[in-house]
Amino acid sequence: MLYFIEQLLNGVQLGMLLFLLAAGLTLIFGIMDLVNLAHGSLYMLGAYFAATFAALTGSFVLGAVLALAATFVSGVALEVIAIRPLYGRSHLDHVLGTFGLLLFFNELVRLVWGPAGMTLSLPGEMLTAVQIIPGVYYPAYRLVIIAATLAVAGLLYILVMRTRLGMLIRAGASNREMVGALGVNIKLLYTLVFGLGAALAGFAGLMQAPILTVQIGMGENILILAFVVIIIGGIGSIRGAFVAAIVVGLIDTVGRAFLPDLLRAVLNTNTALTLAPALSSMSIYMLMAGILVFRPEGLFPAASK
Amino acid sequence: MRVFFGRNPRNAVTVGLLVVLALIPLYAALTGNTFVMTLFTRVLILAMAAVSLNLIMGYGGMVSFGHAAYLGLGGYAVGILAKEGIGSGFIQWPAAIAVSAVFALVVGALSLRTRGVYFIMITLAFAQMAYYVAIGLDRYGGDDGLTIYKRSQFGGLVDLNNKTLFYYLCFALLLASIYLVSRMVNSRFGLAIQGARSNERRMRAIGFPVFRYKLVCFVIAGALCGLAGALLANHTNFISPAMMFWTRSGDLMVMVVLGGLATPFGPLIGTVTYLLLEEALSRVTEYPGLFLGPTLLLVAIFLHGGIAGLFERRAP
Repeated sequence: MLYFIEQLLNGVQLGMLLFLLAAGLTLIFGIMDLVNLAHGSLYMLGAYFAATFAALTGSFVLGAVLALAATFVSGVALEVIAIRPLYGRSHLDHVLGTFGLLLFFNELVRLVWGPAGMTLSLPGEMLTAVQIIPGVYYPAYRLVIIAATLAVAGLLYILVMRTRLGMLIRAGASNREMVGALGVNIKLLYTLVFGLGAALAGFAGLMQAPILTVQIGMGENILILAFVVIIIGGIGSIRGAFVAAIVVGLIDTVGRAFLPDLLRAVLNTNTALTLAPALSSMSIYMLMAGILVFRPEGLFPAASK
Repeated sequence: MRVFFGRNPRNAVTVGLLVVLALIPLYAALTGNTFVMTLFTRVLILAMAAVSLNLIMGYGGMVSFGHAAYLGLGGYAVGILAKEGIGSGFIQWPAAIAVSAVFALVVGALSLRTRGVYFIMITLAFAQMAYYVAIGLDRYGGDDGLTIYKRSQFGGLVDLNNKTLFYYLCFALLLASIYLVSRMVNSRFGLAIQGARSNERRMRAIGFPVFRYKLVCFVIAGALCGLAGALLANHTNFISPAMMFWTRSGDLMVMVVLGGLATPFGPLIGTVTYLLLEEALSRVTEYPGLFLGPTLLLVAIFLHGGIAGLFERRAP
């Protein structure tokens, strides 16, 4: 039972992380109709920036803030230089162009930071485990991740639902041409949305940096998971991304933790042990395929189109 | 043959490329440069995979982001059979084709219900599933991959260990698949597929069973790529899950788009360009991606219709 609660929290934590990536991806996709394979690179950049700035300033929090700013700036620069010409082109052109960007960023990171990975150590007070309910201890830092991401999700909700900028973003997601025709500076809006998405991805990367090794290509696996999330949630829907991210996070983590035991109940131990990891990795893709077969537009399709 | 060599400035380039490819073993024999042989055998095999992707993506408008899965399936069919002591190519290769075709049938039947980017992502999802299944195959190397100690045996007919022979076998199969695809897309079946690419609703209204046509097309492409996978496994004597990772599917898409979508020789031109560019860059710099990446971006931005489109006469 205690183990179950711990795994549940891990699942929520992975879900929150995926939400950070998926929110930016779904905004960029919903508003600019851009398939951005380089989104995972921004996640990687966020982690590298955090590791570097934390080492330079000697403070994790300061490093994180600087890293956040740096990914936002990188995102804006990337949009202005490389992404703009891709708007309005076919998805295939997006795939080709942003795949090129992904290769570029992997190599750039190798050039700047070297081929070896980096580690980011946490301040002492975050290393302890907290007793969340009697008898259940959970790493403080993972709770910090969950809390910080929830706060970001809340801010994002306020930004999108309660501000003028958010109104434009929502309007852009449901009818791009009309927003442009009404005299909104659509170029600037696009740049801001891309920068926002980049900052969210960077935030995910820097929060994850102390748990994983910061390494080249770290964004490639998680990018695909984030795509799965926005497809399940429905493209352009932040609410959908939130729900789908938690579902995917939970299924992935809980499956990984409990599938071996479940399978062992029906199969012999050896088969179960070989089958379980593959099956749990596959489970979210099966979920996505299943959902797409029955609801080809995802769970929460964005209003129009 | 008019399908192949209509009056078009592109032909000089295509014919030149084919002549060069045909002469590679001669060059390798004269200079003793075996690396060229290895590189170009790889080019031919991946070009064949690109040709099969072009069939569905270029002509059929079905943007599959999981095509590397079929390469892997074909490869694993050969590898697993070899490991289990079945060395005959007469069994291995048909098995590679059959496994890929069946996988394509399942994937296609489910994913062809979706459109646009959802289709892109669902094909990707299935390829990732295949990737994780391969990682889970502990008996066959799991994550580390599987070494194939013996190439496929064809009785006394063909000896695949003979590098020149293997090269020409790949070359012949590549040309055959290009021929097959260009015959197919100009048949009634292929025209219906191309019609569905531009306006699916209208094709259905005329009375074509579009879903079934597209599914058949999808399965043929999968089977063809499975054969390429069998060749690749024989070429490298090794097969691993990494071959099916999504970035490999991305590579294949890049090759097709780079060469020119929906052109018979585009995939070959694209594969040659991409792999040679990669190779050349890694010779002159330690960081090839720094130049390769922006090149792809520039191609995406400026080069409509890929390299083959450069030689196309302007539409009147």
